[in-house]
Amino acid sequence: MTGYIVRRVLQALPVFFGTTLLIYFMVFAMPGDPIVALFGDKGVNPAIAAQLRHEYHLDQPFIMQYLIYIGGIFRGDFGTSFSGQPVGQILASTFPVTLRLALMAVVLEMIFGVAIGLIAGLRKGKFFDASSLVVSLLLISTPVFVIAFVSQFVFAIKLGWARPTVSGGANFQELILPAVVLATLGVAYIIRLTRSSVIETAGQDFVRTAYSKGLSSRRVTRVHILRNSLIPVVTYVSIDFGILLVGATVTEGIFNVPGVGRTLYQAIIRGEGPTVVSFVTVMVLIYLVVNLLTDLLYAVLDPRIRYGK
Amino acid sequence: MANRDEHFVADYSNTEFAEIDAVRISEKPTNLYLDAWRDLRKRPMFYISGVLIIIVTVMALFPTLFTKVAPNENCYLDNSNGAPTGEHILGFTRQGCDIFSRIVHGTSTSLSVGIIVTLMTLFMGVFFGSLAGFFGKWVDAVLSRAGDIFFSIPYILAAVVIMSVFSDYRNVWVISAAIGIFAWPSTARVLRGEILRVKQADFVMASTAIGVSRLRILIRHVLPNSIAPVIAVTTISLAGAIVAEATLSFLGVGLPTSTMSWGNDISQAQADLRTSPQVLIWPSLALSITALAFIMMGEAIRDALDPKARAQR
Amino acid sequence: MRFKKIGFAAIAVAAALTLTLSGCAGTSGGNDNIVSVNGSEPQNPLLATNTNEVGGGLIIDSIYAGLVYYAADGTPVNDMAESITSTDNINWDIKIKSGWKFTNGEEVTADSFVNAWQYGALLKNAQLNSYYFDAIEGFSYDKDSVLTGLKVVSPTEFTVKLTSAQSDFPLRLGYTAFYPQPKAFFDDPKAFGENPIGNGPYMLAEKGAWKHNVEINLVKNPDYKGGRLAKNGGLKIVFYATLDAAYADLQADNLDVMAGIPDSALKTYQADLGDRSVMQGAAVFQSFTIPGRLAHFSGEEGKLRRAALSMAFDRQQIIDVIFNGTRKPARDFTSPVIAGWTDKLTGSEVLDYNPTKAKELWAKADAISKWSGKFELAYNADGGHQGWVDAVTNAIKNTLGIDAQGKAYPTFAELRTKVTDKTIKEAFRTGWQADYPALANFLAPIYQTAAGANDGQYSNPAVDALFAKGNSSKTLADANKAYQDAQVILLQDLPAIPLWYGITDGGWSTKVSGVKYGWNGVPVLHEVVKN
Repeated sequence: MTGYIVRRVLQALPVFFGTTLLIYFMVFAMPGDPIVALFGDKGVNPAIAAQLRHEYHLDQPFIMQYLIYIGGIFRGDFGTSFSGQPVGQILASTFPVTLRLALMAVVLEMIFGVAIGLIAGLRKGKFFDASSLVVSLLLISTPVFVIAFVSQFVFAIKLGWARPTVSGGANFQELILPAVVLATLGVAYIIRLTRSSVIETAGQDFVRTAYSKGLSSRRVTRVHILRNSLIPVVTYVSIDFGILLVGATVTEGIFNVPGVGRTLYQAIIRGEGPTVVSFVTVMVLIYLVVNLLTDLLYAVLDPRIRYGK
Repeated sequence: MANRDEHFVADYSNTEFAEIDAVRISEKPTNLYLDAWRDLRKRPMFYISGVLIIIVTVMALFPTLFTKVAPNENCYLDNSNGAPTGEHILGFTRQGCDIFSRIVHGTSTSLSVGIIVTLMTLFMGVFFGSLAGFFGKWVDAVLSRAGDIFFSIPYILAAVVIMSVFSDYRNVWVISAAIGIFAWPSTARVLRGEILRVKQADFVMASTAIGVSRLRILIRHVLPNSIAPVIAVTTISLAGAIVAEATLSFLGVGLPTSTMSWGNDISQAQADLRTSPQVLIWPSLALSITALAFIMMGEAIRDALDPKARAQR
Repeated sequence: MRFKKIGFAAIAVAAALTLTLSGCAGTSGGNDNIVSVNGSEPQNPLLATNTNEVGGGLIIDSIYAGLVYYAADGTPVNDMAESITSTDNINWDIKIKSGWKFTNGEEVTADSFVNAWQYGALLKNAQLNSYYFDAIEGFSYDKDSVLTGLKVVSPTEFTVKLTSAQSDFPLRLGYTAFYPQPKAFFDDPKAFGENPIGNGPYMLAEKGAWKHNVEINLVKNPDYKGGRLAKNGGLKIVFYATLDAAYADLQADNLDVMAGIPDSALKTYQADLGDRSVMQGAAVFQSFTIPGRLAHFSGEEGKLRRAALSMAFDRQQIIDVIFNGTRKPARDFTSPVIAGWTDKLTGSEVLDYNPTKAKELWAKADAISKWSGKFELAYNADGGHQGWVDAVTNAIKNTLGIDAQGKAYPTFAELRTKVTDKTIKEAFRTGWQADYPALANFLAPIYQTAAGANDGQYSNPAVDALFAKGNSSKTLADANKAYQDAQVILLQDLPAIPLWYGITDGGWSTKVSGVKYGWNGVPVLHEVVKN
């Protein structure tokens, strides 16, 4: 087991270089000159633009820019944004907020998704099953901005139950509303996944055996059906956690959450290479850890799964 | 001989066993897929979803059968957000274009994006996920980490780059590729996790024991038993792909505005959310119904393919 | 049973993490006399000569006092200046008030101004606002050079020598680029930009008051003696990603003063806010430009086609439907809030909706060379332009019967790069927000031959001559006359097709009063009183 974990950690190295190189290349390949955009609608002074390009190493060939950036990282320097702020600082201020938000959303969608999916799977074809399908469909086919706007308008502005936006501190209560909005998307997937898994598992022989042993249906459900149905759900949650870390752009924008999604989107639009790459790098590292934990959790859920040979 | 004949044994031709034992040569031999097909034909869900899918497909191929109004011509601001009148049965968008006509003409784009992306993620996801899960070790390491790289690239960045590079060739294929190339790792991971579980099953060991090749075990035994969650995610991701196209349009890296798509209409309706929600509701409804049809179809096929679920009925 | 424990453990861990992470909860509230206002994260460090966008501009203008400031109606009022005089519009003598201090205690002298300007103009410092100093003798765009036209006479007096006569020079001096800087600035400008030290009505609440991507906290500067004395205890400028988020906070009384209204609330904001809302003119001009190098848009044919396109859509209707009336149809190339504006320029009927005339002109152009292809109008998708672009192109399609559509570029950077390197193959949106309230600022930087923002590469010697004449006029009235004459020619050539003037829309919470908005759409923050 330890050997397996060590090997997985070592695998992070090629992934780190692969990702940074790929992302850096994509930012490099993005059309449009970020320096020109700095001048706004006003005229561009070519001499000043050249000076700025030099300052941000934008006049270097691609591979040089990449090496300069990587070299900086090993000295603990993630580069600076156009606004003169060290990227390391931006990372430190945004990731905790987004991590908190993503965790809350994931916990919410796990609780509701698994519960609803389990009941729907056990009562396949009944009213509850059908209505859970309709609800999850509605959630999926409604764009996230609609869910976000409507819940902000109803719960925060009309009813006054929550603050409409998140302040700089981004504390627990303020994040509940955006977390619920984020969870609505994942919850639909988890309901469908749990349901299909539960149906699959409920048809297995060991379930019939468990019933014929005379176990209570509660116990069969909890110990035999649910536990054996959770692998796809656990996988999906780990995926969704990754998506929430970067992809919450729209929701973070609407609720003004000072997190990764919003900042990363700004950086992409402004073409700030070092900022984008640093964010994605941290993202990948978190994601690798989450994946490793997921794989270890598989072994917990199903003892037959063994790693480490 | 005749004396020892104490038990009556009917003549074989007089029993019903003949009929049971008879080899019906005229009938085709059955198999998993044929059984599934027979089973499908008995399910109402299959017919409902089938009819819906056919309607949507015909709408995509021959939009003019459903509406005579041209979607992008004669958009007058006088009609902005207008109520339904005469041949404009659903009213008008903010730009004064006919909502119904735009939905009908947008079907082709949205449906194609949905189907292409879904098939792409399905094929790539199943290919990479099954190999990684089943063979493990270095195959798993290489494929899973490759998936991690693709997965961690922000989808917006990827789309901006791809759509800008192909800015003069923005069509359904390019936008589907932009969405699909970065979506398959999810499918792959779901399948990989399930295969890790299934490959420990007794029937796999049994197959190995009787000398079935590894690849054959994967294709004939492990894959069919692990595919259920993939179908659940895939059918639902069809709707996700159509919505993703909306997000890309909203960010300006979607299809040209003259190309009708539900996603385009949904994202443009944002500003009228509070005042004219109908502009948003109709294209969303088209999206929901299409998604519902495909999810129901997926569900029916999944049940039909699963002998245990068949037996339960 | 084991699973149950694991499940609980997982949730417990998650909950614990959530709680620990939320440990650093923000401190809100506190001082009741602080007015909160919406802003956006500055794009650059807070250096006066390097700030050319709204987000940073709002902060810089609050913490610095220049020679003059602009009153709400745009008239310049002396702030630090005792007098700004000239006999020939070339040599200017500037006397400043004595006894003013930067918030670090350093005296503001003529040197504080001259050194700051020298720094801003020097090429190697790469300041985005350097072009503001190009009228001063010694300025160079392509090599490092000292502004020889600046001479310090005494701690309270300095002189400026320009390269040519400029009647509106004093008007410009209220712009961000012309603020003074303390000595600390020159040691390390980048670090200074994190915690700037100014001499204005407000100052940073503390070191590190700029919380990136979140907010910046300013408090009243007790030493400020000018005309913009703060009637509140300070400002909290909150950075919002979208106007929608800010508007939600405004409705919930979490935000005191808001500049701008999101598209989704344009129809409802006056009903939502009642008399706590504003809609007034602003010094913003919107247009689209069709470069002469596009096929069918050069020479006489181009002139006819531009006029036809201009008359092919109904500006008022688009404003009513798309913007809910929050724009005003353009009648010239400037803005109604600027002294010297008139809606009676000869030839301004080319801006009226006239489908018959449009078709007629288009047919005339077709006689010169038959139209082919489609008309495309480019815009940046990150700026909320799709609505009006679709409306304009639909109207052109309906009126002229040609194929017309919008073309979205994903980012502002991509659009501007294509525009400035002149490779764009479509007509494109253009706009101008005035830096200082003068007709000249809307015209010369855009339509003068080879001017910095002359994106359409327009060149007309007659127009250039009138600009020069306006520049050297002795009085503002004479200057404005020349600029109006220039605009008459512009209306014939249509180097840009005027669309509409921007409007200031905004609102405020129930917790404040005395909210007014200035000529440039920015709320007059020092006047706001907390109830």
